[in-house]
Amino acid sequence: MRRVRIIARLDIKAPNLIKGVQLEGLRKLGDPNEFARRYYEQGVDEIIYMDIVASLYQRNSLLDIVSGACRDVYVPLTVGGGIRSLEDARAALRAGADKVAMNTAAVANPSLITDVARRFGSQCAVVSIEAKRRPGGSGWEAFTDNGREHTGLDVLEWAREAARRGCGEILLTSVDSEGGRKGFDVELTRAVADIVDVPVIASGGMGTIAHAVNAVQEGKADAVAIADYFHYARGTVSDVRNGFRDAGIDVRSA
Amino acid sequence: MTARSVIIADYGIGNLLSVARAIEKAGGTPEISRDPEKLAGAERLILPGVGAFGDCMRSFLECGFEEPVRHFVTTGRPLLGLCVGMQIFFDRSEEFGEHRGLGLIPGEVRAIPKSDGDGLLLKTPHIGWSDLQMPAASNIPTWDEGVLRGLEPGTAMYFVHSYTAWPASSAHRYADAQYGGNLICAATRKDNITGTQFHPEKSGPAGLALMKNFVDL
Repeated sequence: MRRVRIIARLDIKAPNLIKGVQLEGLRKLGDPNEFARRYYEQGVDEIIYMDIVASLYQRNSLLDIVSGACRDVYVPLTVGGGIRSLEDARAALRAGADKVAMNTAAVANPSLITDVARRFGSQCAVVSIEAKRRPGGSGWEAFTDNGREHTGLDVLEWAREAARRGCGEILLTSVDSEGGRKGFDVELTRAVADIVDVPVIASGGMGTIAHAVNAVQEGKADAVAIADYFHYARGTVSDVRNGFRDAGIDVRSA
Repeated sequence: MTARSVIIADYGIGNLLSVARAIEKAGGTPEISRDPEKLAGAERLILPGVGAFGDCMRSFLECGFEEPVRHFVTTGRPLLGLCVGMQIFFDRSEEFGEHRGLGLIPGEVRAIPKSDGDGLLLKTPHIGWSDLQMPAASNIPTWDEGVLRGLEPGTAMYFVHSYTAWPASSAHRYADAQYGGNLICAATRKDNITGTQFHPEKSGPAGLALMKNFVDL
């Protein structure tokens, strides 16, 4: 049986950790690394830093934040937002990131996925997909720029393509569920997990532990990314771990 | 020289910053270096590694690291290989073609099967936390020496890999793990050479405990 990872997701508008609803309407929450340290101490399995502005200036600030985190946080770090080239990926890894998450640039130039995977290993190449349900409910469309820009790509086709091009993981964010606390889009998660042979991280919508359990059991997620549930201290990493364990889901003991 | 100094070999591969910070946290004095003489004369040496075996080996050779590392091994001082840095200790790997390794530990590196014990599709790479186990051939209940000293079987470490080492001798299996019903060589050990398939620098307090043992060797 697979072991499920519990990931803290930090959306950053440097120098602050922010949280929005459906990736809009941002609120500043404070120093991201204070949060990162807290989650590390609680035994989180990984941390994702997602730059939601992704300008050149912002990216350098984000990398400073990540290299600062490496002093205290000894779990894998993923950096996303504004990774446009092999050089950007290298800079993120040099700053202490273990993986880079690509969205806009991967959509514009899917061979970037292969390039990053070839150069740094497929485990480094995470493709971030922001999915919105199509009006009428027929599947999902992939978006970029925090759910603002249409790509015209079907999420399932794009996920398959990303895996084929060598990505090591898919970070799957439901724009509809994001920040709503009403649960992950389990149908979306399941649809993607069923057709790709790489791990799928479900993101967006965690309101209760039961939602996370559902994303794993029904959605077949390999990992869950949790943001404001942790940021607002509605629960700790241990609470989620214990909830998983009670539901019979394998997690690491920490 | 500085007490507990650790040279981290920089051949452009691996998360050097995190390895250095973990060594610092464990009480050592890390130095990231690409100077072959420094490697040969190190008190303790770490070979990091990530990515594909062939690329790793090529960079390693291009940096002129083979001779100094071979020399270092003869001094009896502690050598630690991480992830692909461990895999290159073996004779060869089948990753993207056949590549030779350093042959410091007899054995080879093969792909993790893409199916589990029940014949179901197994996702690779193996990314995540897996528990360390005592190798079946081991006749001691827990690790009483080396970098794993004091760690309990069942301790989880962070793995990211698609290939796994097969030491020719069970004597060189230091710790095992399971992934989807497949046996993984989690750590190997022969004389002063230790390698971990997992990333201690990314394995939280347990990984730091390993690093502290290494720094204290």
